Amino acid sequence: MSSPSMTVPNSGPRGAQPAGAVYRPSFGRRVSAWIADRFAMIVAILVLLYLFTPVAYTFVFSFNNYHKSNITWNPEGSPTLKHWKNPCGAPGVCDALVTSLQVGFIATVAATVLGTLLAFALVRYRFPGRGAGNVLVFVPMATPEIVLGASLLTIFVQGFVRVGLRLGFWTIVIAHIMFCLSFVVVTVKARLLSLDPRLEEAASDLYAGPGSTFWKVTFPLVLPGIVGAALLAFSLSFDDFIITNFVSGNVTTFPKFVYVSYLRGIPAQANVIGFSLFLFAVTLVVLGQVIGSARKPK
Amino acid sequence: MAKGGFREAKGDLRIEDVTKSFGDFTAVDDLTLVVPRGSFFALLGPSGCGKTTTLRMVAGLEQPTRGRILIGDTDLTGSRPYERPVNTVFQSYALFPHLTVRDNVAFGPKRRGEKDAQRLADEALNLVQLPHLASRKPTQLSGGQQQRVAVARALVNRPEVLLLDEPLGALDLKLRRQMQVELKRIQTEVGLTFIHVTHDQEEAMTMADTVAVMNLGRIEQMGPPAQMYDLPSTAFVANFVGQSNLGQGRITGRDGDFVVVDVNGSTVKIPSARCAVTSGEVLFGIRPEKVHLARSSDIDAAIRDRKVAFGDDMRATVLDVSFIGVATQYLVRVPSGATWSVYEQNLDVDPIDLKPGDPVWLEWDPAHAFGVAADGTPIPGITPAPGQDAP
Amino acid sequence: MSALAHVGSASAAPTPGAADETAKRGRFLPYLLLLPGGLWLIIFFVVPLVQLFTVSLQSRFPEYPGYYYRDVNVKNYWSALTEFAPHFGRSLLFAGLATFFAFCLAYPLAYAMAFKAGRWRGLMMICVIAPFFTSFILRTIAWRQILADEGPIARIANALHLLPNGHITETWIAVVAGLTYNFLPFMVLPIYASLERADPRVIEAGGDLYANGFTTFRTVTLPMSMPGVLAGTLLTFIPAAGDYVNAELLGSDRSTKMVGNVIESQFFKVPDGYPTAAALSFTLMALILGMVFLYARKFGTEDLL
Repeated sequence: MSSPSMTVPNSGPRGAQPAGAVYRPSFGRRVSAWIADRFAMIVAILVLLYLFTPVAYTFVFSFNNYHKSNITWNPEGSPTLKHWKNPCGAPGVCDALVTSLQVGFIATVAATVLGTLLAFALVRYRFPGRGAGNVLVFVPMATPEIVLGASLLTIFVQGFVRVGLRLGFWTIVIAHIMFCLSFVVVTVKARLLSLDPRLEEAASDLYAGPGSTFWKVTFPLVLPGIVGAALLAFSLSFDDFIITNFVSGNVTTFPKFVYVSYLRGIPAQANVIGFSLFLFAVTLVVLGQVIGSARKPK
Repeated sequence: MAKGGFREAKGDLRIEDVTKSFGDFTAVDDLTLVVPRGSFFALLGPSGCGKTTTLRMVAGLEQPTRGRILIGDTDLTGSRPYERPVNTVFQSYALFPHLTVRDNVAFGPKRRGEKDAQRLADEALNLVQLPHLASRKPTQLSGGQQQRVAVARALVNRPEVLLLDEPLGALDLKLRRQMQVELKRIQTEVGLTFIHVTHDQEEAMTMADTVAVMNLGRIEQMGPPAQMYDLPSTAFVANFVGQSNLGQGRITGRDGDFVVVDVNGSTVKIPSARCAVTSGEVLFGIRPEKVHLARSSDIDAAIRDRKVAFGDDMRATVLDVSFIGVATQYLVRVPSGATWSVYEQNLDVDPIDLKPGDPVWLEWDPAHAFGVAADGTPIPGITPAPGQDAP
Repeated sequence: MSALAHVGSASAAPTPGAADETAKRGRFLPYLLLLPGGLWLIIFFVVPLVQLFTVSLQSRFPEYPGYYYRDVNVKNYWSALTEFAPHFGRSLLFAGLATFFAFCLAYPLAYAMAFKAGRWRGLMMICVIAPFFTSFILRTIAWRQILADEGPIARIANALHLLPNGHITETWIAVVAGLTYNFLPFMVLPIYASLERADPRVIEAGGDLYANGFTTFRTVTLPMSMPGVLAGTLLTFIPAAGDYVNAELLGSDRSTKMVGNVIESQFFKVPDGYPTAAALSFTLMALILGMVFLYARKFGTEDLL
């Protein structure tokens, strides 16, 4: 493949080798190629194991027959299915879950609608203020969550209380819509920008007016991006703790429930719910991939 | 401006004094053109010559800066693409990836409120010989199949004018030849006006009844392909449509129906009717296959034996010989220093045994020569590339 | 992530008129589309930030604890910064370390996914994302138990005398490990996206020209994935610098507190802490935005954003 005359001027480290080792570079190269070929894959598998370690822990400890707190494994009576049979057994855990699902649902719908409109405006039109719009969308993503939480708490406590808005469910929803919005815009924008402008021209050429061009061509083609954005928004909202902790008052979401109960020991029901959500999401993703690859051309 | 939806219009396509500028750049410069109804018309030119912009203005995807576009007597200027009886086959096909082939083809009829859109779509797919792929998605088709679907999707609407924007550009050579024949067949069958934009002169000449060569936003020459090839009227056309051997010369006099031209000391003749200039500087031109080539020794003997050569002639030196099957192409250096090419058909079993460096005589029938204005644009073959001057 | 966005714009180039046309059609439409989302961001992002800023400059009534008056008290910043300078330093240091480690782990993973995984690519992608469907807090607490003194990792490390004080939890190691873990996918996904778009033939050509695997990587592969690396660094560093959950759950009270912990406790636990917390928040944000801006200037990552 490569002539030796080309390797000499270009490879510093090998040039430093003793002149006698004529055949070593090719042998060394074979060894290093073998390692390089597998090195990335080996590290990748180790990293994936690392990613899954706490999930596995969560799963295993959902079968623990513990007495006071679910920290050490109790060999007596474990594994047990009792927490799986009664996932709402711990006080408050299912209320927190329901709150999280409700917040997630409302925030996702609102953020997806608002964000999609924003993305269309920013991609499809050139107008004064467009640059400012892009900045307004970007800066919340570059702001640490704790600052978002702190500033929202400040305004909720100092300003919005006067109009009767108390910290609780709706302040969580408001905050979640706000921070999900930017992520929706970015996702939908990417999809819109990758859209071939000729498709809309073709629709227009084929007697579709602006309205039917949008609904028959543009929207169906952007839809996967919008769905992706909605899924992203839901997972961001559902998993958020930092901002929620600032603006939730005495309403408890699932992450907040886990955090608060951590000092007393997390009930195994939380493990059950956490792992079930994981299973549910993975099933969804796998199904999506399978359907996607089945649709793709051979 | 244009409100009131779809416009029925029949007749010739007329482009009147149309100019299109993008900022400082003039893409189309005062273009006037009539495309007769039912003809196959090709707009030929290099990229950036304004041919695609012209097409987009006819489609309604661009609006002209000045001028009018009409079909028959209906002025379409300012109307939207969906209001025009014009359809386009896009360069990259622009098939809707989320719709099946049938739904792609039925898209236009449905928008126009046709009740039997599906049946029309199936008919159109029959016309392009793809009825078996109707329920596939476009991404599941090959390039050639996608191209046919794009044609069907435009044709199904029976537009007054069908626009083809480099429709064969993405296909490989063999498929391209096949589709050229196919498109020509379809055009003859449906009898619609086709406007075909391409930078491939061979494609334009194979398919079109009339070819217009565009350059820098203007039409250089327009006419039937054979006529344009036989008698280019500008240096640009002489080079863009086929190859030409050109020589910078000066008209020195007349000889009957011919003008006499001095090209770097060689005296050649051009029929007066085939010369675009009457005096002064002229570019002499002759097509490569019209030039014949003979060994110097043979010609010298012929002259000694008082056998007169049949036309004009010129000494030259062989630079390169390439065998291309039906013919052999010779690159030769002529006295002016320019490089000419000569095609000799391989009629004999033994091809002429010439090699680089051999002296030869070039001869041709003066009736085949043509003269165009020397407009100062650099012409390949006249301005020799650096290094070619080496002895 | 959004670097993907710029693929399509090039193909629009030959039709300069198309964009103008759409732009002309709606004078008010873009503003109408922009209005609801824009208003939401103004009311619930910009206004709160302005409010936070005014709070950061407020002064206390010495005689009424918990009450403040409008002021331009720059001293809040000064005292907050001097008192909590170590926490700021720790935030930047921990976030920087976590970003570095995340890069070291993420790059081989992304590389393997892009070039070595073949038909396992989809599965690996799921594996990267999947753990994040389990709650972030739940996983961090799981790490606390795994790394606890009685857990297997601490026991092995202690048997090998690797730990100076015998603990992993309650030390900076656990905090950095937690930060690395939690923000790893934000590093993997953009790097993968930029590697996936790279033409493997270019890398092969690089291998052909340079022959040395490492040189090829350094001169061809890495530069091609640079947009992804830059996006990944920002996406990891920003949340890591503002995080307090990892320090809270995995760290100790004294030596591992980050600026996020201070902001949180000043807001919730310390009476009269509002101005200090606000000043700290604002400084953190200004610092990070400043870094992002410089970073974008230096590496030209405008496209990423």
